[in-house]
Amino acid sequence: MTGRPRTVIVGASIAGISTAEALRRAGYDGTITVAGEEPHRPYNRPPLSKQVLTGQWAPEDASIAPAETFSGLGIDLLLGVRATGLDTDRRRVRTEAGELAYDSLVIATGVAARVAGPLPPLAGVHTLRTLDDATALRAGLDGAARALVVGGGVLGGEIAAGLAKRGLTVTLVGRGEQLCFGQVGPLLAPLLADLHRTNGVRLELGRDVVELRGADRVTGAVLSDGSEVAADLVVTAVGSRPRVEWLAGAPLRSSDGVECDPAGRAAPDVYAVGDVARWADASGGSSTRVEHQQHAIEQAHAVAATIATGVARAPGIVPFFWSELHGTRIQAYGRFDGASSLAVVAGDAADGRFVALATRDGVPVGVVGWNLPRAFREVRARFASTSADLGERQLVP
Amino acid sequence: MRIEVNEPACVGSGQCALVAEDLFDQDDDGIVIVLADHVAAGLEDAARRAAALCPARAIALVE
Repeated sequence: MTGRPRTVIVGASIAGISTAEALRRAGYDGTITVAGEEPHRPYNRPPLSKQVLTGQWAPEDASIAPAETFSGLGIDLLLGVRATGLDTDRRRVRTEAGELAYDSLVIATGVAARVAGPLPPLAGVHTLRTLDDATALRAGLDGAARALVVGGGVLGGEIAAGLAKRGLTVTLVGRGEQLCFGQVGPLLAPLLADLHRTNGVRLELGRDVVELRGADRVTGAVLSDGSEVAADLVVTAVGSRPRVEWLAGAPLRSSDGVECDPAGRAAPDVYAVGDVARWADASGGSSTRVEHQQHAIEQAHAVAATIATGVARAPGIVPFFWSELHGTRIQAYGRFDGASSLAVVAGDAADGRFVALATRDGVPVGVVGWNLPRAFREVRARFASTSADLGERQLVP
Repeated sequence: MRIEVNEPACVGSGQCALVAEDLFDQDDDGIVIVLADHVAAGLEDAARRAAALCPARAIALVE
């Protein structure tokens, strides 16, 4: 039995839930309480901009697990309970429903969608972060014909693709001259632009929305070059901000995410995982905040192991993420900052199916898969054993 | 221990086949293929790791 019998996890999305489950797998037999501000049963966010947006899934299909899974594991879920403060001296989390006493605390409060500028509160203007957002957006599709998506990143691209699949005429506005796609964006931007255009999405890059038009319902937008786009549906996807406001006054560094050591420790017996967490690099590089589902899961597993065993585990997680655009599955594994070229090692870019190695100064630093997932995995596995940059460290038990 | 997969949820990440290649493979579209519905002795931990790492939560284990 651990000397820390009460674990409180704040945040009931994939990072928080994965931590709770991994604690039990690791044999932790203390109490586990997971508090989440949303009222819904915990759900996966990646499908919201994919299967749920396109209508293939009902919103509840994104659920992480049936309710009995949590009760079966002895995990107390407090849903609809927002954390409002943290007292690390008394080891208490303040919530709208009272205090929670902890011996170990895991912060997994994620991020909120940033709102694009001072936009007027018009009907027909959406963001997409939560299940409620997804439900509202789906309802907003009724009768909508022309969509404007603001944001040239991964999420904006997925939303544009989803709306196009639903038969809307879609314009995607991005501030940068190229589409973004995490660190791998500069290498894939021309391919991504082609993919969108081929599937009917109009791209307006190097522009911003400066004004929305409409009385109570949006009718269009004015862009920074003075041009106008007619739209009866606007979705903004212009980034996120970590949910750290409830930590105000606590002795943690959390200006852009909760700062942690390479094992996810923010303070003694206080950990952070998932989108809200900024972990220091295990090999001494700068700290990063990574908003990927796989990253959240692997951080959760490491922190759970640390809490359960009392021995800190610093996993050195290599980022992996995927997206799906117009039926094309795009996967990226590695650290792509500074990577300057792609070399195809399987498939053929001309056929729209390939796997490529990204290199920086001639050294492979990442693997990109474009609609060739099985080969992507094989290259990834083979490549990892020969490159110090791409260790499969996160896969070590 | 038995493996159940939710194919429509699978995103083709290949995490399962990376950590448990005796139990999982992928088709050409990346979708999970279960190589053995029943997990042989000695492979239980690999099966649990695969289920835990799946970013789509598409793998369930029935003990």
